[in-house]
Amino acid sequence: MIRQPDPKPDIMARRDAIIAGLRPLLPESGLIAEPIRLKPYETDGLSAYRQPPLAVALPETTEQAAAVLKYCHQNGVRVVPRGAGTSLSGGALPLADAVVVGMMRMNRILDINYPDRCAVVQAGVTNIGITNAVSADGFFYAPDPSSQLACMIGGNVNMNSGGAHCLKYGVTANNLLGLKVVTIEGEILDIGGAHLDAAGYDWLGLLTGSEGMLVVVTEVTVRILRGPEGARAMLAAFNGNEIAGAAVDAIISSGIIPVALEFMDRPAIHACEAFAHAGYPLDAEAMLIIEVEGSADEQDRLLGQLADICRKFDPISLKISQSAEESLAIWKGRKGAFGAVGRISPDYLCMDGTIPTSQLPFVLKRIQQMSDSYNLKVANIFHAGDGNLHPLIMFDANDAASFHAAEEFGADILKLCVEVGGCLTGEHGVGVEKRDLMPVQFHAHELQQQRRLKSAFDPDWLLNPSKVFPLLEPESAALPQAA
Amino acid sequence: MTTEDSIVATVADAVRTREPLLIQGNGTKSGMLRPVQAGRTLSTAALSGINLYAPKELILSAWAGTPLPEIEAAVAAAGQHLIAEPPDLSALLGETGRPQTLGGVVATNLSGPRRVAWGAMRDHVMGIRAVTGRAEIIRSGGRVLKNVTGLDLCKLLTGSHGTLGVITEITLKVLPAPEATGTLALPGLDAVAAVAALSAALGSPFGVSGAAWLPAEAVARVPGLADISGSATLIRIEEFAPSVTYRIGRLKDQFALTGALTFGTEASKAIWLDVRDARPLASRPDGAVWRISVRPSAGPGVLDALQSHDMRSFLDWGGGLVWLSGPADAATHAAVESAAQAAGGTWTLLHAPDTLRNAVRVVPDEPGALARITRQVKAAMDPAHILNPGRLYAGL
Repeated sequence: MIRQPDPKPDIMARRDAIIAGLRPLLPESGLIAEPIRLKPYETDGLSAYRQPPLAVALPETTEQAAAVLKYCHQNGVRVVPRGAGTSLSGGALPLADAVVVGMMRMNRILDINYPDRCAVVQAGVTNIGITNAVSADGFFYAPDPSSQLACMIGGNVNMNSGGAHCLKYGVTANNLLGLKVVTIEGEILDIGGAHLDAAGYDWLGLLTGSEGMLVVVTEVTVRILRGPEGARAMLAAFNGNEIAGAAVDAIISSGIIPVALEFMDRPAIHACEAFAHAGYPLDAEAMLIIEVEGSADEQDRLLGQLADICRKFDPISLKISQSAEESLAIWKGRKGAFGAVGRISPDYLCMDGTIPTSQLPFVLKRIQQMSDSYNLKVANIFHAGDGNLHPLIMFDANDAASFHAAEEFGADILKLCVEVGGCLTGEHGVGVEKRDLMPVQFHAHELQQQRRLKSAFDPDWLLNPSKVFPLLEPESAALPQAA
Repeated sequence: MTTEDSIVATVADAVRTREPLLIQGNGTKSGMLRPVQAGRTLSTAALSGINLYAPKELILSAWAGTPLPEIEAAVAAAGQHLIAEPPDLSALLGETGRPQTLGGVVATNLSGPRRVAWGAMRDHVMGIRAVTGRAEIIRSGGRVLKNVTGLDLCKLLTGSHGTLGVITEITLKVLPAPEATGTLALPGLDAVAAVAALSAALGSPFGVSGAAWLPAEAVARVPGLADISGSATLIRIEEFAPSVTYRIGRLKDQFALTGALTFGTEASKAIWLDVRDARPLASRPDGAVWRISVRPSAGPGVLDALQSHDMRSFLDWGGGLVWLSGPADAATHAAVESAAQAAGGTWTLLHAPDTLRNAVRVVPDEPGALARITRQVKAAMDPAHILNPGRLYAGL
């Protein structure tokens, strides 16, 4: 179980006054304080943890967000920024004495500029909403987290979200040009712009992935890219994880960088096939989905080369899509993986470590041993090109012992990821979920240095204060000062 | 013998005595930005060598002092390349007879023409080790390609010009080098027409990886473009050989411009090396060099605003990067500042004689609240203000 800091008694005592102070700063219905209406904000994608906030503020403009933050700063009130609430690491989990600042009403696309290949959008625009706004003209926004129908770009910036196509197109940080942000003191800052590589320190890079601890993001300038002429997928199934891993190595060594290279182990194949009837080979130990882009001729040539490579590893099945429909069918099972696992297990935890790809067979073997010893099933999905592993641990949340075991199992997997040279999180963020594991990856003085950087932006530690870093003991210990 | 531990000891000593340090590798970029007032120099040049190269994992780690050519040769031998195509600016900054180091390229976040499509140096720094101004070794990132664990100090330190920490080790993402390179050169376009063509090329589905415009006088200084007499609009494709042929052909048809030339792999490589290293600006020993970054469609307006000044120039990054060289005087510098500002962009005085770079802003001032955060971040990383003081901002 993850401990949350105690609410500040003085804030809880002044609850009504704080609500009355915030209400005039927001439009009609922009402040939620009734307990029943706070319910939807008590949790996020890490639904095992719940805590209604003191209030929820829903600004419609950057200026309103700034006024709310300024008030909170002056009154010592903690703030938890929130987009769509899809964080799998509890990044938007409220605190009892905090005001949640939700971005869902800031959902307008402000500018689309094709000659300069950028778009300016408010933080509450969904990830897919950006692509939808430009797709008729052949453009798209590249990072594509699995939650892209719901998750908001402001949240993507805060978590530096990835997706299945990062190997070629990069993660959120690689696809941003500018931000409009509000400091905890209520100052509005423009970071970057429509141009590349602003002079001075790389604030854009530091703020991306800062998990709501440094500023509140209200507007984002993203790069939009012209889509390829076409894309097609193939499926290759193998007799062992080691064999599929060797095939991945051979593909990367060939000089071909597929736009996606997804790996599924036997339990994942079975779960997805039962759910989506995608035609996955049930006798396989491991399966790759490989996607390439280009003209029809280019796709044929690349898929032919990839098939030749895979043939060297005695595939038990090799299916090259001949059409967009067949590609969709190949992707269908993979894209439905969460639903598929949800169907065979009442609850699951989706882990998110990254490992050096050469360690894959070893790591999968160890995860299977852990699965046996914890007596919990696990299915593994893996962005094989970039080493990002997603074990889905199945458990029953109604059984406290099962939940506890699942958390322990997950922590053991992440420790293993660090042990083999990887990291705790590739794209979901630390949040509260992995907060207490940070000392596995970082020395105490390294965490203290990161805390000082937070203090440089937020000296009183009011912005999302219980995330990313283990709580200081005792809690009243002096916060690290920037200097 | 310089080791990471001896760097820690040197920094600790400087903290104790409050003596500022000039942080550098081989010093090839010591003429960049503002001069550093420091009694002692701390060089990472002897901290050299590749620690890990796993081509199948697209990962390379090396000590900061490793000569960049050594790294380029190692990845080339495995058929790979550095994605951001970092330039060698010795033609602009002055020859030192020594190669630039990996640490120098990362500390200055210098990227070449491929930046427009594939990202900057900072986008491919996956891991970093550095000695802070507290004389502590800190790590950020790691040796994997996807990592969001904790605050991203890789990005904060990349491009910080040695002012926040002494970078000691860097882990880069690398990629397979393309099998072939092709260039389509459209002759005779003015800057506005050229940037429109570059935008159309970059907005095409063909994966353009270089997009530059050279005015006639710049073309004359690129040997590979000897067949072109006026301006040249250059569009690059890097791909498998059949794809280069196909895509260059499609782009050529799209523009349907008489006199368009195409260049094969070897000729293309030579041309883009000159663009990368900004050779068309070179040979003004007493001059100044600026880089302005704007939205691409604003590039021609910046050139227009500076027309009355005696400057050499060309555009890269589809029009968004304006390279300029000209007289090293305050009036010209002020004109560059205001042209960049008017276009909503940013600028860097990359190189100038000490008198000018001591006297003016070398990068734009930050607005008040951000300037405060900059001071606090500097204090968090280097509380004694001993690391490259004054390199970016006077008094910081």
